[in-house]
This record gives sequence, structure tokens and C-alpha cells, in this order.
Amino acid sequence: MKKELAQSIHEALERQNLAGILDRWNYPATRAKAYEGTDFEAIRNRIAEIKGSAADHLEELAEKFKKSAEARGAKVFRANSPEAVKDYITNLCKEKGVKKIVKSKSMASEEIHLNKHLAEHGIQADETDLGEWIIQLAHQTPSHMVMPALHLTKEEVADLFSKETHQQQSTDIQQLVKVARKELRGKYFDADMGMSGANIAIAETGTLVICTNEGNARLVTTLPKIHVALVGLEKLVANYADAEPIITALPKSATSQLITSYVSFITGPSPNTDGSLKELHIVLMDNKRTAMAKDPQFKEALQCIRCASCLNVCPVYRLVTGHVFGHIYTGGIGTILTAWFNEMETTEDIQGLCIGCGKCKEICPGKIDIPALILELRRRVASKEGLPFIYKTALSVINNRKIFHAMLRAAFIAQKPFVKEGFIRHLPMFLSNLSEYRSLPTIAPVPFRDVFKKIKQPQSKTKASFFAGCAIEFVNPGIGAAIVKVLNKAGIEVVFPENQSCCGIPHWGSGSFDMAAAAAAHNIKPLLADDVEYVVVGCATCATALKKEWPHLLKDQNMDSLVPGGKKVAAKTVMFSELVNKLIEEKKLTPKDGLKLQTLTYHDSCHAKRHVGIDKEPRAALAAAGYELKEMFECDTCCGMGGSYTVKQPEISMQMLKRKLKNIEDTGAEYVSAECPGCLIQLGGGLDKSGSKIKAKHPAELMEDKFK
Amino acid sequence: MKGEATMFDKFKAAAEAAGNTEVQRFGAKAEALIFIEGLLKKEEIKDTPGFYAVWADSPFLKGIDTKELAAKVPGLKFEVTRELAKNAKIGITQMEWGLANMGTLAQDSTAVEQRLASALSWIHVALLSTDKIVADLPALMTKMHPGTSNYIALITGPSKTADIERVLAIGVHGPEQLVIVCVDESGGMN
Repeated sequence: MKKELAQSIHEALERQNLAGILDRWNYPATRAKAYEGTDFEAIRNRIAEIKGSAADHLEELAEKFKKSAEARGAKVFRANSPEAVKDYITNLCKEKGVKKIVKSKSMASEEIHLNKHLAEHGIQADETDLGEWIIQLAHQTPSHMVMPALHLTKEEVADLFSKETHQQQSTDIQQLVKVARKELRGKYFDADMGMSGANIAIAETGTLVICTNEGNARLVTTLPKIHVALVGLEKLVANYADAEPIITALPKSATSQLITSYVSFITGPSPNTDGSLKELHIVLMDNKRTAMAKDPQFKEALQCIRCASCLNVCPVYRLVTGHVFGHIYTGGIGTILTAWFNEMETTEDIQGLCIGCGKCKEICPGKIDIPALILELRRRVASKEGLPFIYKTALSVINNRKIFHAMLRAAFIAQKPFVKEGFIRHLPMFLSNLSEYRSLPTIAPVPFRDVFKKIKQPQSKTKASFFAGCAIEFVNPGIGAAIVKVLNKAGIEVVFPENQSCCGIPHWGSGSFDMAAAAAAHNIKPLLADDVEYVVVGCATCATALKKEWPHLLKDQNMDSLVPGGKKVAAKTVMFSELVNKLIEEKKLTPKDGLKLQTLTYHDSCHAKRHVGIDKEPRAALAAAGYELKEMFECDTCCGMGGSYTVKQPEISMQMLKRKLKNIEDTGAEYVSAECPGCLIQLGGGLDKSGSKIKAKHPAELMEDKFK
Repeated sequence: MKGEATMFDKFKAAAEAAGNTEVQRFGAKAEALIFIEGLLKKEEIKDTPGFYAVWADSPFLKGIDTKELAAKVPGLKFEVTRELAKNAKIGITQMEWGLANMGTLAQDSTAVEQRLASALSWIHVALLSTDKIVADLPALMTKMHPGTSNYIALITGPSKTADIERVLAIGVHGPEQLVIVCVDESGGMN
């Protein structure tokens, strides 16, 4: 990570204005309310189909739009580059003697820094969207795609307005809005040109659809005699009817509203106030969108309707906010768009902000798999530039369990001076921020493979292969022992293939898909060696690999002959709690009588809930085993561990943990459980460091002695 | 008639949920006019900049002597220019359709007077024929088409923003208040 980015993250974390605002808004709840009675999956499928098809026919639709709009009297200019857009608009201004422009919101104009260019040509362009005007006065870029000035406090806005009006303004928000109304009202009447963006461009009719709440776009497109609309090609849809699902979803996803106060459909020029006909220019801007549409993976990003819901739910965005993303488009989708519209090079750093928790993917109305696209960026950067030496070495080591084992034995001895009660509480200075909020786990004295050899199991026809994963093997072998014990109670004999290694997710998450596929290839045979009914995993991250990703990875890396084996493993793989719940339902496991009720709160690991869809099963199994569930706020929000994320982005990881710990503490439960050793390392370490009484335990540890 | 009543109830509930919006319903046009005159009086409309009321050309005005009305209410203008609209407290326009599910109004606003009156004033009075309330946006899209209208405007509630600290503020560039006047008597509204 470059120093500047680390510094900008550090500064952002000091300033939590926007984070507090997003919390008070409670977006997930208000959004859900707005979607009440609307089938979200159905509507996003329609949008994905409409916009996906538009991306397939971008050139055709652009030409059709041009033809339709020109037939109605508009002038349409197709611009490939930002320079072509700037030249067209400045030339038009010169030709028409335009000195003053009023603008309603256009991200496309932000994308190409149009205002700066116009100013250099002596043309004054005033933003009229309140948020855009504020950041214009502050000489800043948007920190949020829908609410661009959300990072500024009302005091800061009052200062900006005081300077602009040469009058001391109060910090009362209602008053400040009226100051803006008064200041901007005159500008609409004085402007020679109005400039807007568009939310949708309909090819069939040559129509621009503009949604606003403030009503500024209505004035911008009504009062000046010239209207210029700057529209990115991704706004195109084929038909009038295609606009409907977008108009329906956009306000719900963007601001938790049913519909924006104003929706305007503009088709060709309308009359001016003096009876003349308005001059309407529509600039269709490409700037890499066609190239994006031709990329089989990134084509999907053109399905974005710019609602910014991926920002609102992102646990990282909430902490660092928009300016850390370095450009105009922010958050998850911003990372992708910036990579294409600007430079891949800044991407190298920015993509590292994504922890891959998958929250954005769940709520995206364009049905874009944002984390997968960010991972694809990471893969391209990694394959182009190679991973940094230290990561590559580390990733090679964990693929070879013998070397890994030997190294960890050495580390076990080296850690001794720092260890206390199974945790490392302090580290030498250069690593100290890793243990500021969280004690670090120690390496276990005896790894699981040696623990397993000493477990006496009943013989059974029903066998399950246990895939331990690195954390259970080396950090918390007790979880593995508990899993064996519970399964034995159900009459299942556990086999532990010694030749297993890392599941490959760390490699996958670093963009090194070849090494991830190698990990899959290494594991398949040992796991299927015995005639097993199940492959059991006690780690949600490993489950993601075994249940879901291995067949794709093998195919992607042209290892087709191994794909059937990968699929076989996927079909047999169960998470421990998933299997226990099934065994309870089948009456193969019976809870003991008279269990003392204990309280527990459950943390959904990102991999368990959003990658393999396991969230009800562990709750049901734990409830059957005598635990009363006390749900925490944001139970499925990432804890900040994210594998190596916690090492690469320690500051963000620790802030995410801090929030999680508070939510856990607030439940007053005795235990917090998660079926992910990584989350448990993070949560357990955090609880230990803060001196909490709450213990972080794996479901297997909690259920070890609960069955007959 | 029963179905129509339900449609109106839904429309009223949804429209008023948008905030700073009131929906009135009258059987006859004459009653609606009395209400509007009362509103103009209550809002102290007078022939002084800032206190004008502008009334854009509406089918509702058919059969009404606008000269007489203007004489009765000084400051009420039936000619909507930039300057008059700029200085208007109230703007009155007639909408073509209402959407029951969202309380949305729809109008072909190609004529600039319609936009001036509804976008610049502090209070927008929107006239609507009760029988022109349709279910939702897809239903509206079968009634209005950009092929025949250059500027279709959908309006739901007042102008609003939450751009400062996500605190709701009403009336940033457009009206602070929306008064929807529904008239059942369809004769004279079309």
C-alpha cells in the first residue's frame, strides 16, 4: 500500500461525520421499507436484463438514440474522449456567447473535470444541486455519489455560505437551504446555458429521463435558452418501457424513497419563455464505456444505475468515506469505474480497500457482482505486475503444509515471550497496531493432525472426511476435536486426510487464481480417498472454496480433468453446523435432558452467509443445544478480519472490529459464536483485549457436550 | 364508483405521505374554485412582487370569467411570464394524471408556462380530475408517451433535499408545499 493512501485512510478515520450520518439514517431498514410490496429480485432481474442487453448493443443504441433525438429537433454529438466533450462544449459556448452556465447534477461532467476546463475558458459554471454546489464552493470532489457533500458538517457548510454571501450565516440546516435557494435563484435567470446529465437515455424515442428531488433540473432545463445534456453511453436503454423498472428502483435504492419528487422526460426542444424554441444539445460520451462493454467480465458494471447503495452498505466505505477512493466515483462500483475511466494504476491500491464481504452484491439493483469484479481487477493487476514478493512467498508456503508446519513450529517457539493465556497481547513496535484493539492468537502447541491421532473413535459405515483448514489445524485444534466428538455421537466416523493443505481462498483473494487452483488440485484426491458420505468443514472460508469456488477455479485455469472431482467435493461438502442441524432433524443427534440455558449471540461470517448461504442452520442447532439467541445489531456485518485484510489494512480492520465488539457487548450474551476460525480470532482477540467477559466460541466447542 | 373511490383513497394517502402535501376533493368545479379563492386569500395574495399567484392555462378555467376573477383577487395573474412566475407565491396548474400507488402527478409540460408556474412558486396548487387517477407508473406509461409529448413531468410532493447531514429540508429550489385539488365532476375538467 502506498504511503499516501495509508495517510489518507488514517485521516479519514479521524473524521467520522459521514459515518455518523449513515448510522442515523439506518439505510438498510429504510431501504427495506421503500421496497415493501415490490419484488426486488424480480425488478433487479429486469434491470440487469435491460442494461445488460443495452451493453451488448451499445453502438446500435447510440446511433438509434441520435436518430430519434435528431428527428425531434435535438442535436446529438457523440464524443469518444473527454477532450472531445470539452471541445464541443467550449466551442458551443464561444459560438453562442455563453458566459454563464447553471448545472444540475452530472457525474459525467465530474468525471472529466468539466467545470475546471470551462473556468479556464472564462466560462462560469455554477452547480445548483445543493450538495454539488457545496462541494464546488469547498473546491472538493464528491464523497458520495448521490449525496456528494455528506462529509461536511452544517458548521462547515455555514462557513462556506458565509464566505460566498459575505454575510454570517447560521448553522441551522433549514436556514442554510433557504440561503442556497436565494443565492441560486438569480443564477438560473441570468444563465445563458443550462447543463444537465440524465439518469436514462431512451434510444427508441430519443428521450432523456432526469430524476431530482430539489427541482433544480426543471429550472436548469427551463430557464436558459440552451440546454446541454452530458450523458454517458451506459445510460442508454432500448425502449420507453425499459425506463420503468429503473425509475422504480433508483429512488428506493438511492434514498429509500418511493420516487423522487420530480421525474422529467425530455424529448427534443420545448419552447422558451420568449416563444423561441430551445436549443437542445445532447453529448453522448464514451470514455472507455465501449471498451468496457467488450470485456466479458466488466460488461456487467455497465448495469449500474448509480444509486450508491453499494456505498451505503459497505462497512469499509462507512469508515473511510469517499475521498480515499481518490476520484469521482466512490465505493465498490467506484473502484471499478475509476479503474476503467481513469487509470488502472491507481486501482492497484484502491481495490485493496474491498474486504470482499459481499454486502453490496446482495442489494445492487443492477445485479452486479461488485466484489467479484474487484477481485478480477486484483487478478489482472497481480498477473500483470505480479504479487509483492512477500505475499507470493507466504502464499506458496501455505500451499505446502509440511513447510508451513515446520515454519509454524519455529514461530511457536519465537512467540513464547509474548504469550499469555493463549493470546499475544503486545507486539514489538513495528507490528503494534495489529495488537492495539485485539490480542493476537498464539500457535497451538500441538497441531490438529497430532491431536486427531489420539482421538478414539467408534467404527462406522458412515464416514465423513474432515477438512480442517489452516486455522483449526494450527491455531485452534480444539475446534477440530469438538467436531469429531459431536459427529461420533451421531454415529459418524471421521477421517482426516493428512495430505490436505490450504483451501486456496487466500490466494484467490489476492488475485492469484493459478495458485488457488493448485490448492484445489492438491486437495481433491485426499478428500475423496475414503468412501465418505460427507466432507465436513468447520470454517466458512474453506467452505466457500470446497462448496463453491473450486470447480470454477479449476475450469478457469484449464484444469478441466479435475473439474468432476471438484464438483464431487462440492456436492459432499457441508458446514459443521449445517450437518449437525440435519442430524438433529433426522433424530440422529439428541440434545441431553435438562440442559442449563445459556445466552449467545451469533455473528454471521461473510463467507457463511453470503457465499454459501448458511445462517439459519447454526442458529437452529445451537438453540436445540440449549442456547438462547440474543441477536446483535448488524449480525451479518463483517468483523474486519478478511484473512490477510487485517494485515494489509490494519487501521480499517481494527475500526470494523471496534464496532462489532460494541454490538456484541450490547446484547449482554455469555457467548458470541461464529463458524469461522478467522472471525473467532478477530472477535476473541478483541474481546480479550477489551477485558470483556464474553467468550468467542465455535459452534462445535459450544455443542461438544450437549448431545446424548 | 366504488373502485374509483378506493383509487382516490390510495392516491390521497400516498400523496400526503410525501410530506407538505394536502389533497382536497370536491364534487363540483364551483366548490373547488371557492376553496382556491379561500387559499389565495389565506396566503395573502396581492399585487406586489413576491405575493402574486400565477395560474397557467388549464381546462379547469373553461367557462370561468378569468378577468372577473383577476379583478376579484388582485395579484392573481393568468398570464405566466418569467418575471411574474419569479415573483409568485402560488402557482396553479392542471395535471393530467395521478398515480394511486405513489401519489404522483403527471403532466405534459411542454408549454413553458406550466413549468414556470409549478417550479418557481412557493406553493404549487395542482388541479386533477378524480377520474384521472390510474394505478401506477406502468399504467401511466400506456397513457403518456414521449412520442407525442416533448416534456413529461412527474411530480410527487414538494421540492426537497437531504444534502446537508442527511437532514430533510423542504423547498430548496421549487415549492415548499403542494396542494392537490381533485374534482369529481369530469365535465369542465377536460
